[in-house]
Amino acid sequence: MKRILTALATAFLLATGLALPSAAQLQVRVTEGNFTPVPLAIPDFQISGTDAAMAKQISDVVRADLSSTGLFEMQNPSSFIQKDLAIDVQPRFADWKIINTDGLVVGAYEELPDGKIAVSFRLWDVYAGEVMRINGQPGRRLTTTPDNWRRIAHKIADSIYTRLTGEDPYFDTRIVYIAETGPKLARVKRLAIMDSDGANQQYLTPGRNTVLTPRFSPSAQEITYMSYEGGKPRIYLFNIETGRQELLGNFPGMTFAPRFSRDGESVLLTQAQRGNSDIYIMNLRTRESRRLTDHPAIDTSPSMSPDGKSIAFTSDRGGSPQIYVMNVDGSPRTCPSGGRDSACRITFGRGNYSTPVWSPRGDLVAFTKQAGGKFYIGVIGTDGKGERLLTEAYLDEGPDWSPNGRVIVYFRESRPGDGPQLMSVDLSGRNERRLPTQTDASDPAWSPILQ
Amino acid sequence: MKSSLKLTAAAAVLLSLGACASKPKPVVDTTPVEVVDTTPTVTEPVETETVAPVATGPAAGSLEDFRVNVGERVYYDLDSYRLDADDQEILKRQAAWLSSYPGVRILVAGNCDERGTREYNLALGERRASVVKDYLISLGVDPSRIDTISYGKERPIAAGSDEQSWALNRNGFTQIVSGTNS
Repeated sequence: MKRILTALATAFLLATGLALPSAAQLQVRVTEGNFTPVPLAIPDFQISGTDAAMAKQISDVVRADLSSTGLFEMQNPSSFIQKDLAIDVQPRFADWKIINTDGLVVGAYEELPDGKIAVSFRLWDVYAGEVMRINGQPGRRLTTTPDNWRRIAHKIADSIYTRLTGEDPYFDTRIVYIAETGPKLARVKRLAIMDSDGANQQYLTPGRNTVLTPRFSPSAQEITYMSYEGGKPRIYLFNIETGRQELLGNFPGMTFAPRFSRDGESVLLTQAQRGNSDIYIMNLRTRESRRLTDHPAIDTSPSMSPDGKSIAFTSDRGGSPQIYVMNVDGSPRTCPSGGRDSACRITFGRGNYSTPVWSPRGDLVAFTKQAGGKFYIGVIGTDGKGERLLTEAYLDEGPDWSPNGRVIVYFRESRPGDGPQLMSVDLSGRNERRLPTQTDASDPAWSPILQ
Repeated sequence: MKSSLKLTAAAAVLLSLGACASKPKPVVDTTPVEVVDTTPTVTEPVETETVAPVATGPAAGSLEDFRVNVGERVYYDLDSYRLDADDQEILKRQAAWLSSYPGVRILVAGNCDERGTREYNLALGERRASVVKDYLISLGVDPSRIDTISYGKERPIAAGSDEQSWALNRNGFTQIVSGTNS
């Protein structure tokens, strides 16, 4: 029956000359310069069960996720003509074309006999008049316990986003950050975690000690961060599930600026001793560390390339803070400025550059730039080419990448005296948004996609 | 009764001054008017209060002595960890004081203003603290008496977001952790 419907619809479209060549299938190009958001219709999911509120909330989260990308324009439900959508029935494309919708998501929420819930959806290409297959399937059906409903919603939004943009997913993720409360001269800083859309905010440390710069492990199960516990600034490992905190290493000096290696087996860190900061890598299994830089200048904020072979870091060896790259094995590189050196400077613009974070795709380094009384978040090629500033404010600091390398999260103080807030911006520089937090917030770090 | 009369008179003067002044007048202190003395009249004896002699300053060797007479902070220029002549003077006084009180241990904290990124400032603060420590050692203070810590931009002492506050927040802070009697 369905096949007949499809055939009929196709025939109709062909006859009326409305069908687009199949090559013109709905596809969002996220890198185009003059971008117009693609119209999407996501009616509230149908419900078989009693919890209508949950069905509605799931649809709301899917819409909110997709809309937060700036790539899609959610169609107003009051414009919808077809009211009798069903998950297993092809929609009347003409009803959706007339309201200029390119994509239509039809979803269904079910309560299962075992107490779990299941959510199904199909993504329709309205102009091509066909379902958009996801991993070869004509749709997806996900089940979970009711308390986990948000993850289902994020996974559905991820599927749709990935199918339409070709980009890897990033909604089903978490963000760890520092929650800040109290007056400026007696700030309380706590480790906090939330879903990528700001839901489920939780505090992980009680705020007795100042904690700073949390970062996720590639498994999303652990966080490494710096704490003043016991009056000593040192780096720790925090297990999210158990809440267990563990001191990392046995360094005589202050340790700070931790960040996991890409394989999660090591932590890059900075140790300061007798006024000199250098970068180390510590194997988490053997707890042995190796020194990567040995220079009288400040070397800090290491971040590893996805292939694990290089690091980017901040150094003031040239007289001001700038970004350098080096090979983890210490072998010399050919530098952008010519010549070979163990560490190559890649930033040469006016001002100071710091907080480099290597993108998950490997081609870019995100940074904080400070010049002329302003702060900027920007990106630069790892060869020092193609610097682009994405944001500007009184203070913008501390970028980190979404796991798909499309979005950058950072924190901002809009004006002098304002508390910090979390922000995100698309790699294109479009779609700057505030991420909602219950308190002032700084030092955000994005988790990998959850398993 | 007499005192309340006096206060009323004072209030009247204040009010009239206020009325004469050409500048903004709403700032008249009206509280004296409300001070109507309701306590029972004159008969109660007045207790004698002893007035201590004027203090000559903090007790020698106290935390207050160090803070007031020696100086606990040196201040740095922007992005700098250099000690200028004023800073060196303060550190010489600190070293002299420390040699007078050999049981004292100190923690030198390096602090930065908010106009830098967090991790770089942690490194810079450590360098600032270390420069103070090295200078004190050069003046004969035993290194084992000095610990250092960096707070980066986490411990401002001036809440403003202006040049003056930033200048105050770029400091090396010598804190006495033990060995004094107060």
